Amino acid sequence: MSAVATIVGYTLRESLRRRVFLVVLILTIAFLSLYALGTRQAFKDVEDFAGGVTAGLDATTLAGATLFGLSMFGTLFLGAVLGIFLTLGVVRGDAERGLLQPLVVRPVGRATFLLSRLLAAGVVCAVYVCLVYTAALLITYWTGGWWPDRVVIPALALAGGVVIVAALSLLGSVFLSATANGIAVFMAFGAGLVAGLLGQIGEALNSHTLERVATVSSWLLPFEALYQDALNAISADSFGLTRVALQLGPFGGAQAGGDLLWPYAFAYLAALVGLALLGFARRDL
Amino acid sequence: MALAFAARGLAKRYGTIEALGGVDLEIREGELVGLLGPNGAGKSTLVKIACGLVRPSSGSAEICGAPAGSRAARASLGYLAELFRFPGWASANEVLQLHQRLAGSEGGAQERAELLELVALTDAGERNVDAMSKGMQQRLGIAQALVGSPRLLLLDEPTSALDPVGRRTVRGLLEELRRRGVSVLLNSHLLSEVELVCDRVVILRRGSVVAAGRPEDLAEPGVIEIETAKGVRRFPGAGREEAPRLVAELVAAGERIYGVRVVTASLEETYIEAIEEAGG
Repeated sequence: MSAVATIVGYTLRESLRRRVFLVVLILTIAFLSLYALGTRQAFKDVEDFAGGVTAGLDATTLAGATLFGLSMFGTLFLGAVLGIFLTLGVVRGDAERGLLQPLVVRPVGRATFLLSRLLAAGVVCAVYVCLVYTAALLITYWTGGWWPDRVVIPALALAGGVVIVAALSLLGSVFLSATANGIAVFMAFGAGLVAGLLGQIGEALNSHTLERVATVSSWLLPFEALYQDALNAISADSFGLTRVALQLGPFGGAQAGGDLLWPYAFAYLAALVGLALLGFARRDL
Repeated sequence: MALAFAARGLAKRYGTIEALGGVDLEIREGELVGLLGPNGAGKSTLVKIACGLVRPSSGSAEICGAPAGSRAARASLGYLAELFRFPGWASANEVLQLHQRLAGSEGGAQERAELLELVALTDAGERNVDAMSKGMQQRLGIAQALVGSPRLLLLDEPTSALDPVGRRTVRGLLEELRRRGVSVLLNSHLLSEVELVCDRVVILRRGSVVAAGRPEDLAEPGVIEIETAKGVRRFPGAGREEAPRLVAELVAAGERIYGVRVVTASLEETYIEAIEEAGG
């Protein structure tokens, strides 16, 4: 068995034995149950007052896109929490507890060790996000008959965003203790989301300053840009009054990332990993 | 004889603190060397540099001819850290299996069984680390360090958590390793233990070697006390080999001898003397 497979397997086994996956499963079921309940009720209410389509406003699309946007926010949040907790103590945290030293003196190399830990966390988070996204998608469809305009790209964007959050946390783990790193990454994550909301408000109010703040924040923290791109994609084909109504909603003013978003996100991820490898290679343990 | 470990001018600074100030040290293949010194002497830093966990500020260290920290060097050594922990959810067998895979060992279940037997944990293979006493975890740590049959074993305080029986087990283990030709660098505070098992002792103080040699050479001649009819006669500085001559001279001088006692300075006394001479 290769060193990468060994370390990935070790990471996954650790999460399984520490009941991380069990806790995540239970909380995810609770989240999806709540979402299903809320979605069912929301679609029922929309159907009652609008009859689905009225005066050029597609109420089903408005409700579906808004609710599914909410589920995407929840999915991103849960995925980010999972990614952060899987990586926040990989280097300094584990070194302080004495778990790391016996492993890295083995002839696998620090780079292999770090990349394997990121690979394990990244795969777990990406798969998790895609599964929750799919579950929310099916719940939305079954309860309200609504289907997003784009299905695959938003899922990939959310997964990519969570992988970037995990990589940020991994980089932080090289320099910060587990607690400090957890706080720092959660604050960065929160800051990104707030900046995104500011951008949406700016879009609704036509405020260029707020939009600029959001744009700069998205480049600094591209998980937010990926999330915005995903939100934008689910109602990309909406038009007229429905589009205006969506843009006024909490998840409707999202901006498309543009052609450079994915190349930039990959470059950003590569830079995070490179910095983490460099820092880890130079770190005394 | 080939060298298992060689440090030349090895220095390490942490900011303004000098942990090692240019240490030269060699360990031959099959040699068991004890590393002694007070807290903060640089012992653990030296061991960590050898493992590649810490980068030296200057100087060089080699493991079996390969630069310390390189893949080849790490493939040749086994390491037990002073402060280590294994995942509590894993069993002893799982810990050893993980290290076998990382070390590229093909010893499989047989190697694991042998290692557990060597550290007297035969019946604890399936026990989770969380359910082990500190002493059992320490012995599992030693077994882990032996995975893949390393040529050089670096043990940082291997008996710190062990009871007297556990310490005896480790002493037996070290003697067995010597028989197998494994080189060992033993970092310990327990002078009596080092004196019992080590071929050579190196005493560090404030990052520098202040004494080195075989334990019996370091334990300097003390005094010979000869009980005669006129009382106890003391001959300070006389070694054991001088006892017959002194007795013969006294007998020739008409003294009646009732007893002879050779008192040598222990390694502990030598250690304290070396530390004090070097600045307290």
